[in-house]
Amino acid sequence: MKPAPFDYVRPDRLADAVAALAAPESKVMAGGQSLVPLLSMRLASPSLVVDINGLPGLDAITVTSGGVQVGALARHTAVLESPEVARVQPLVPMALAHVAHATVRNRGTTVGSLVHADSAAEMPVVLSLLGGSIEVSGPAGRRTIAASELFVGPLESSVAPDEIALSAFFPALPPGAGVAFDEIARRHGDYALVGAAALVEGERIRVGYLSVSDVPTVVDLTGVPAADRAEAALEQLDPTGDIHATAAYRRTLVRVLTDRVVAAATANAQGGTP
Amino acid sequence: MNEIRRETRHEIRLRVNGVTYELRVPARRLLSDALRHDLGLTGTHVGCEHGVCGSCTILADGEPVRACLLLAVAATAHEITTVEGLAGPDGEPNAVQRAFAECHGLQCGFCTPGFLTTVTAGLRRDPCPTRDAAREMIAGNLCRCTGYQNIVRAVERAAELESAQEPAR
Ligand SMILES: Cc1cc2nc3c(=O)[nH]c(=O)nc-3n(C[C@H](O)[C@H](O)[C@H](O)COP(=O)(O)OP(=O)(O)OC[C@H]3O[C@@H](n4cnc5c(N)ncnc54)[C@H](O)[C@@H]3O)c2cc1C
Ligand code: FES
Ligand code: FES
Repeated sequence: MKPAPFDYVRPDRLADAVAALAAPESKVMAGGQSLVPLLSMRLASPSLVVDINGLPGLDAITVTSGGVQVGALARHTAVLESPEVARVQPLVPMALAHVAHATVRNRGTTVGSLVHADSAAEMPVVLSLLGGSIEVSGPAGRRTIAASELFVGPLESSVAPDEIALSAFFPALPPGAGVAFDEIARRHGDYALVGAAALVEGERIRVGYLSVSDVPTVVDLTGVPAADRAEAALEQLDPTGDIHATAAYRRTLVRVLTDRVVAAATANAQGGTP
Repeated sequence: MNEIRRETRHEIRLRVNGVTYELRVPARRLLSDALRHDLGLTGTHVGCEHGVCGSCTILADGEPVRACLLLAVAATAHEITTVEGLAGPDGEPNAVQRAFAECHGLQCGFCTPGFLTTVTAGLRRDPCPTRDAAREMIAGNLCRCTGYQNIVRAVERAAELESAQEPAR
């Protein structure tokens, strides 16, 4: 398992990085924790890898009362361990604790995980549920992509091949609202068989699911009686079976997790511990 | 077009265990292979080569990372420590190495370098871990031999050994 040959550049200016990406079949590398396995298994064979680790300023994590902005080189570990992030949007560290193991989190980036757009990953669901966005830079300048436009298919985001994602924005938790995250994995730190995140805001209840469909899916359960929530969610989801879990088992997990995260987010909204 | 494509080689400097090495590698050279094949530091083991098993774990600026998921050309910015660099200046095994030997935390030893680097860094962050924290510390590393009980005990023992040898302040 070795990568096929590719050229490599490590620019120290954003303009140079964007210019390099104009080459056909070029690929951005941030933490490399998803890209290098793809290269080694030869599931990807770009002709040029543009390493963005030399670009200045991209490791910033900026927290305001409006939300959390995470730069493209902020490692999962740095985001997970930031007390300011936890205060303004606690769902971010709750979910990050389930992203891989500490050793992988030391290198992998939260923005990379969003661009990678794995429907089994935690952060795409969190961004979708919270209504966040990412900012990208390309030959035509900068643009903001809302989470609702970002995840388009299995391992496919709407970031163009010649664009670099600069940061992601997770809106703050409104006062009085509550969040929760839970997942079932064979081993803590492994990809989840099913995972769910809930956001409860007054009467409004929304739940996002991972490892259930090709893209992270958010379901609005506002006004649905507690006893019917899981079935209402399943009506909008289409769990598929694979070597890790059958479709029927995934449906069971959706039922269990829906009730669990809504209860936990409700308690969290009321000031209890999530 | 039968011409064989010449692969560009990059002149790089790697800092490993306090020594600076100069080498010429193609961009696709994984750090794990650069350490083993180019530098002859075969203590870093390669199991899965896609980030799952942890046997290739090295320290980059003191933090554990997967050597199989880092390109050698991208590793030049970091101070690398491999299992060969854990022992003291006189070759004395560090507390974690001693604890693994004492508690039978290894059998075939294939996974051991990854555990030793991971736990050495883990105890720096959390010098007296609870049982749960000790388990969490090693959760990203796979061992086919020991059943993990002795490895968890070795983590706890290493913490004891380290607190005992802590110089008085
Ligand atoms: C053993 C193992 C277990 C894992 N378990 C989990 C898990 O449970 N949950 C989970 O969510 N993830 C998991 N991951 C993936 C991990 O979180 C990755 O770090 C993350 O998905 C990608 O981040 P990265 O910075 O490493 O991206 P890279 O690997 O560098 O890139 C991934 C993809 O995104 C693109 N990309 C990255 N950054 C940018 C950018 N700024 N602009 C444009 N394109 C960009 C790359 O071109 C590439 O296509 C696991 C990884 C490993 C090795
Ligand atoms: S060889 Fe690197 S994690 Fe398995
Ligand atoms: S001691 Fe043999 S694999 Fe761990």
